[in-house]
Amino acid sequence: MKFCVCIKQVPDVQAAVQTGRMVLNAYDASAVEEALVLNAENGDPVDLVLVGPSTATETIRKALAMGASDATHLVLENAEGADSHAISALLASHFDGHGYDVILTGKQSQDTDAGLAGAMLAERLGLPYATNAVGLRVEGDSLVVTRQGDAGQEIIVLETPCLVTCSNDMNNPRIPALKGIMAAKRKQIATESAAAPSARTAVTGTVDPPGREPGVKLEGEPEELVADLIRRLNTEAGVL
Amino acid sequence: MSSILVFCSVQDGRIKRSSLEAMTRARDVASGAGLGLSAVLLGSSAHDLAGEAMSYGAQHVYVVMDPVLDSHLNAPVLSALESVVREAAPRMLVAASTESVKDILGALAVRCDAAVLPDVASFALSADEVSCQRPVMAAKKLANTSSTHSLVFVSVRSGSYEAKQAPADGTVVEVAFTFDDATLRQTLKEVVTTAGDTVDLSEAQVVVAAGRGVRDENGRALVQELAEITGAAIGASRAVVETGLFPATAQIGQTGKVVSPDLYFAVGISGAVQHTAGMANSRIIVAINKDPDAPIFDIATYGLVGDCFTILPLLNAALRDAMN
Repeated sequence: MKFCVCIKQVPDVQAAVQTGRMVLNAYDASAVEEALVLNAENGDPVDLVLVGPSTATETIRKALAMGASDATHLVLENAEGADSHAISALLASHFDGHGYDVILTGKQSQDTDAGLAGAMLAERLGLPYATNAVGLRVEGDSLVVTRQGDAGQEIIVLETPCLVTCSNDMNNPRIPALKGIMAAKRKQIATESAAAPSARTAVTGTVDPPGREPGVKLEGEPEELVADLIRRLNTEAGVL
Repeated sequence: MSSILVFCSVQDGRIKRSSLEAMTRARDVASGAGLGLSAVLLGSSAHDLAGEAMSYGAQHVYVVMDPVLDSHLNAPVLSALESVVREAAPRMLVAASTESVKDILGALAVRCDAAVLPDVASFALSADEVSCQRPVMAAKKLANTSSTHSLVFVSVRSGSYEAKQAPADGTVVEVAFTFDDATLRQTLKEVVTTAGDTVDLSEAQVVVAAGRGVRDENGRALVQELAEITGAAIGASRAVVETGLFPATAQIGQTGKVVSPDLYFAVGISGAVQHTAGMANSRIIVAINKDPDAPIFDIATYGLVGDCFTILPLLNAALRDAMN
């Protein structure tokens, strides 16, 4: 099946201190990995598309080094003002007439955690879709998706063409080998300059979340710790 | 009069607590803005639950009774909600940020030509603007985000508001709905639930969550015993879901569920931001960890420094006594 994976470059949110280091969104990395695994036997293409500033090229190279076939970079220098609404509209025009069997995206991006662009893109393209997938399997012309739902795992069969958003619980993305990295350097990346359609939401600033009241750390003999905790849960906390 | 429409999620024959929390906030916002409050319920039990929605202030309860809506499959749910949004023509649609809502929110917004503020910790409405605060960067920051669009959808993280009743005299409005299965292009084969999911994690008042320190089946048995004694739902960090010790449905954090119980036991959990993003709003946090420098102690109300294999047997025995 012909796959295309939508990828995004995001700040490394796992770092204790923000240094400006940018990485491939972890959920997108899982989507790339899954597409590569599903197409490993048949050799069908796994293409990429990324919306972002020209400095995001390194993230495309990273995904190409994992083994993806071709990449398109929709260059948007000032991507901060673009919300899921704007990005999904850009992606939808990219996919117009491309004829992919499956479009994959990460279920959300690590920086904003909005989780909207995938389903928005599917709706714009009129495709059946599933979100928060933890497992994917090809069965004839269909895709069998295991998604993590509220009450358990939902097993859904989607006709292709379709779109699936991927959880990072799906797999462990491969670390590109040197051979892949060298090959990725030689690959052409198709670039198109993009003008973002107008956004419907705006971020006006960020603040620190309210801190918690400092707690108490109990150290000592286990029996005393437990007795002390029970006393505090009873008297101070009133939860027993 | 225009209104704020609240989508009530149903589980085990009841409206979810997180939906009632969102509805309580929507009621306050609506009354401040001179708007009405309405609710939407989907599925066979929709009519029976309309009274509960009214007890939280809904003046109109839109119901779509088709049994295809009893389990979650996005195409029919989207179609039903689209019909209700067209009929009710609200100023805002508010919902609890459940997995099912996350599944449909983006697509519904495109279909209804709405703006979306997803997974918010708080929201407000002024004359022409819906504003919210939502966690970003693994919940290390709150982003002030707003929209001046004429129709705005908001999904609210569980535990952000307290659910309070305020009965209204409401009317039930049945919305006509037809759905052609042939156009679905998707089939729900089955829903796999894990045995032991006795208490719904995202709704639980007490949560016992296990991390890497729980290690093996013996540790899991101690965690299960603590959960049984306290009537808790069992949660887990990503580490022990990956090892297969706990099911994926138990995962709490940035990728998993967001919980905000009265009492949260973090057993052998170090407290990486990916985990705390899903539980930092819990009222009382008890952390048990043998590493005195574990970051979980920075947010714990009560931190016990020690090995959970030593502490839990003592704690379980003491809690059994205390509960009797």
